[in-house]
Amino acid sequence: MGGREANVVLLDENGIRSDGRKVNETRKVTIKAGVLKNANGSAYIEFGGNKILAGVFGPRDVHPKHMSNPDTGILRVRYHMEPFSVGERKKPAPSRREIEISKVIKEALEPAVMLENFPRTAVDVFLEVLQADGGTRCAALDAASVALADAGIPMKDMVCACAAGKAADALILDVNNEEDQAGQADMPIGYMPNLGKITLLQLDGVLTPDEYKKCIELGLEGCKQVYEIQKNALREKYFSSSDNS
Amino acid sequence: MNQKQSVIPGDIIATGDYRPEQNVVLVGDKLISTAIGFSETSADSVSVIPITGFYTPNADDLIIGKVISHNALSWEVDINSYYPGILLASDIFGKDYSPSRDDLSLKLTIGDIVLARITGMGSRDPLITIAGENLGRLDSGELVKISSTTIPYLTDSIIQTIESSTNTSITVGKNGLIVLKCDNSTGLTKAIKSIKMIDMIRDSNSMEEKIKNFLDEDN
Repeated sequence: MGGREANVVLLDENGIRSDGRKVNETRKVTIKAGVLKNANGSAYIEFGGNKILAGVFGPRDVHPKHMSNPDTGILRVRYHMEPFSVGERKKPAPSRREIEISKVIKEALEPAVMLENFPRTAVDVFLEVLQADGGTRCAALDAASVALADAGIPMKDMVCACAAGKAADALILDVNNEEDQAGQADMPIGYMPNLGKITLLQLDGVLTPDEYKKCIELGLEGCKQVYEIQKNALREKYFSSSDNS
Repeated sequence: MNQKQSVIPGDIIATGDYRPEQNVVLVGDKLISTAIGFSETSADSVSVIPITGFYTPNADDLIIGKVISHNALSWEVDINSYYPGILLASDIFGKDYSPSRDDLSLKLTIGDIVLARITGMGSRDPLITIAGENLGRLDSGELVKISSTTIPYLTDSIIQTIESSTNTSITVGKNGLIVLKCDNSTGLTKAIKSIKMIDMIRDSNSMEEKIKNFLDEDN
């Protein structure tokens, strides 16, 4: 068994992980679209122990004006962890990590959102992590994508995300907090399933070239499972009474 | 051929030789929906009628707006969209409008509700006009805001049904703003509830029947 903390049993002899999952199993994911009345679009996601709210405003005027682009709209993302979202109180001011995650989520959404239709405007995405349990960037990206669709922002595809990684020398899907802390690698992946394009790929840890390829394949399987849940959340809100497809 | 199906962004509606229209993009040979709504596939084109989102201004649209500010040359009107509508002063004062001679606030003040038409996209924002039959400031009535994506469900026949049943005059703006005029407060309340109900139901198959049943209650 590898890892940074040797006393945590990440994978037992039967191939079962510390939270009872198999290596290729995601945590339970539930998404609800349109949960906030005052936002143009919103979504709430529970991804295992993660609880995240997403709110979308826009397209709207850009303030400060100098940030606006005459050729296209701009996307702004704020990922924020509530002080009570982790075991020890987190300072509410944006941390270095939150600024980084805001940036990677923005860049993961940009290929899907058709901002060129709205020059000089901004679309703002607010992501509030109410409870964190490892893999918040993927969960937040999933919620943001549903909230953008709920707001009616034109998108070429949904963006779904799920992490894969390595713990106890085995490749695993959907890395939880324990596995993130004590495991050997964590690879969050953002994916546009219909266009077949990866929009987010990070890797924290060490993998061989063969493991790297398998990890991506595993992560994409997770993304596809999440995509089905995203679709169901939107269908439940908009077509539950009049689905004729 | 006209197939209709519910879609969300990213759904592949068709592949092959079709023309992408409203809310559809062509990627390779795939026609992909960019909105939540209902797709319509005809012999040579594919489009999606959205059921969520905001009003996109188009030329000739009849809209209702609220004056939010003015400068020396124009009024800025909130048209329930991501851009404000621009009403040029020359539209009201004529071509010989002079900022030093004419006072814009005498004609329209901030907060006024106007029935206007989109004339086209200016260099930045959509231009609107109140020169035309029945266009101009709306002095009375109740303003109701619904989603602009509900407007296609407000057919002439449904509006006539509500008008005749509640003795109300209804003016519908394509941008989701509606003005109702009625002398009778009961009729007005019922008409407003009918409009809100349409905003909730959004089912073209049973809409008219449900509205008729609702209007027939207590009558």
